[in-house]
Amino acid sequence: MQVDHPPPVSSPLARAADPGHVVLNIGPSHPATHGTIQIIVEIDGETVRRADVHCGYLHRGFEKEAEHHTYHNVIPYTDRLNYCSALNNNFAYAEAVEKLLGIELTPRCIWLRTLLAEYNRIADHVTCVAASVMEMGAMTAFLYLMTVRDYIFEHLNHLTGARLTYSFVRIGGLARDLPDGWLERLEEILQFCERYLERIHGLLDRNGIFIGRTRDIARLTPEHALNWGFTGPILRSTGMAWDLRKEMPYLAYGELDFDVPTGIKGDNYDRYYVRMCEIDESISMVRQCVRKLPGGPVTVADPRVVLPEKPLVYSEIESLIHHFKLVTEGVQVPAGEVYVAHESPNGELGFYLVSDGSGRPYKLHVRAPSFIHVGGMHTMLEGYEVADVVPTFGSINMIGGECDR
Amino acid sequence: MAMMDYLTTRKDELVGWVRKFSLFPYPFVTACCGMEFMAVSSTLYDTDRFGAALPRFSPRQADLLMVVGTVNHKQAQVIRKVYEQMCEPKWVMAFGACATSGGFYRNYAVVQGVDKIIPVDIYVPGCPPRPESVIDAIMMLQDRIARDRHPILPFEQHAPDGTSSA
Amino acid sequence: MTPVDERIITALEGRFTRAADSFGTLLLEIERERLLEVVARLRHEFGFALFLDVTAVDRPGRTPRFDVVYHFLSPAERKRVRLTLGVSADDPTVPTLTGVYGAARFMEREAHEMYGIRFTDNDDLRPILLYEGFTGHPLRKDYAIDREQPTVPYRK
Repeated sequence: MQVDHPPPVSSPLARAADPGHVVLNIGPSHPATHGTIQIIVEIDGETVRRADVHCGYLHRGFEKEAEHHTYHNVIPYTDRLNYCSALNNNFAYAEAVEKLLGIELTPRCIWLRTLLAEYNRIADHVTCVAASVMEMGAMTAFLYLMTVRDYIFEHLNHLTGARLTYSFVRIGGLARDLPDGWLERLEEILQFCERYLERIHGLLDRNGIFIGRTRDIARLTPEHALNWGFTGPILRSTGMAWDLRKEMPYLAYGELDFDVPTGIKGDNYDRYYVRMCEIDESISMVRQCVRKLPGGPVTVADPRVVLPEKPLVYSEIESLIHHFKLVTEGVQVPAGEVYVAHESPNGELGFYLVSDGSGRPYKLHVRAPSFIHVGGMHTMLEGYEVADVVPTFGSINMIGGECDR
Repeated sequence: MAMMDYLTTRKDELVGWVRKFSLFPYPFVTACCGMEFMAVSSTLYDTDRFGAALPRFSPRQADLLMVVGTVNHKQAQVIRKVYEQMCEPKWVMAFGACATSGGFYRNYAVVQGVDKIIPVDIYVPGCPPRPESVIDAIMMLQDRIARDRHPILPFEQHAPDGTSSA
Repeated sequence: MTPVDERIITALEGRFTRAADSFGTLLLEIERERLLEVVARLRHEFGFALFLDVTAVDRPGRTPRFDVVYHFLSPAERKRVRLTLGVSADDPTVPTLTGVYGAARFMEREAHEMYGIRFTDNDDLRPILLYEGFTGHPLRKDYAIDREQPTVPYRK
């Protein structure tokens, strides 16, 4: 039985302005759109004259869910925002709640969070590069990078229990401390990653086909990028060295020694290269964190957020009630509002949290970098060719969970 | 005749064997499960060993619709259209908790399981499922395809009373 | 209050109703009529070139009902600023910032479909995360979380 399927959102390009132009629909189910996005382009021969980008095909109601769950129960939802680097989202959200609570983290927690954030950044950039070059046909590079990424996943699985969506953070600390042998395996994986990245550099950096497909495509200037809200590697590829880790440091970034790679032209090739350089910087940062990692407890001993020890819960009535209230009503966060932004692999990931004093957020808004980038993407498509839509889209690293929330 | 039944069951075995080892998946990737789909198609856990590696991104050429990730109401029309465009025989795999039952999203936007829109043959639980689970699901689906009837011969298409046995 | 905050407060004297520090972000409560003026001055005098976010907070028991919240970032001053303005439920209109920042386009569409805030002079307020045919504004407190509006008839 045929069901009538009108498009979900009408487009001004439904009728081409010029009768000689063709309106082409790319997506939302398309092999090269990582994540579901619909790009409607009006083309004149091969050149894109106008583009209309539709997102929202993965809208899962994150903000509404957050208003109905306790602060700890929201953590798995934050994982699934930028699911390629779930720990970064976790840490940014937890910092927002901890700021309102006035909690100061333990040194070990700060350094571990920095280490894990950089480690996840490596995984995210690897995924972005792998997916975008696969769309251009570089299957070898994709398979190499998937192998690297899989080792990282298995390693984080050893630590957190999950390969992709970790939910490792707790308000006031982390779920657990590092297991034995984790740091040795970490060094092995970093060396493996460096060896494979050398191969990727060898395959792509001076590859005529790759350069032909990415150089001078979708160029951005810093002013244009700022006007359209681009942050992260896209802004840095235009030449502007703006990185929250350097300029407005949080966690342990103030004590780490790292460079901020910038591009020259702001085209697809620069975005690829900036990401590759950032992977190198992240590897170096992870090694610094391992060297400087202090000892001590990983979760702050604050009774407002931390569950009491299980033997006490089973024997004392106060601990039992405390445990019960923390789990059912949630962490009681004082009323107020806060905006916390971290430098996620895609750019400035901000959490705007409004609390009314209860155990559930009153409002939790995510400033998602992918959403803003998709908003400016049509300026990167117009004037270039239809075949450039796919590499450009891949270089933006739109993650559906973050874009549509 | 008994001989005819014997021959058609042998034919079903042969066709089942051929079909199960040449699955052409249509990975309808939406969300986080897509990362695990990429992992299961890559070298460490390889679906190519099971014949289910080559994705066909056209519904006309695919026979296994893998719904990978959350389906929301905006996407529902798209997936219905893709399913209708696929030709018989076709199977549907609900990959992940969101495709199976909506996952832990119970709100205005998410369809509570893709089987509310299209019939599903095999469900893979997990958020996201481990690649071993996915391979297990593919193998279970392959067993089912092997045991199924495959009425491809002309005399099997329509029963004497006019109903189709497809 | 940092020196940057002091400078901004002095320069915008009389154009806001309240100024406070919110964990490093300068919070300015303004009236709706002052929005474009304040944003222009922040952009040109203090370098708030990056428009981060526009969203709204729904407080059903209060008048005005909605708080429309803007966040800006100045890379030069390394400073964030939050502008809050109150908007009532029977006249939820706010001037648009699409003429000043391109990034406002998608964000205003989202604020419109989620809360019903109308941005005057923004003629493209199509739904972006939701779909045409969806009635109601989901992030308002009076919208039930599991009120689904299916687009395809369910099987069986």
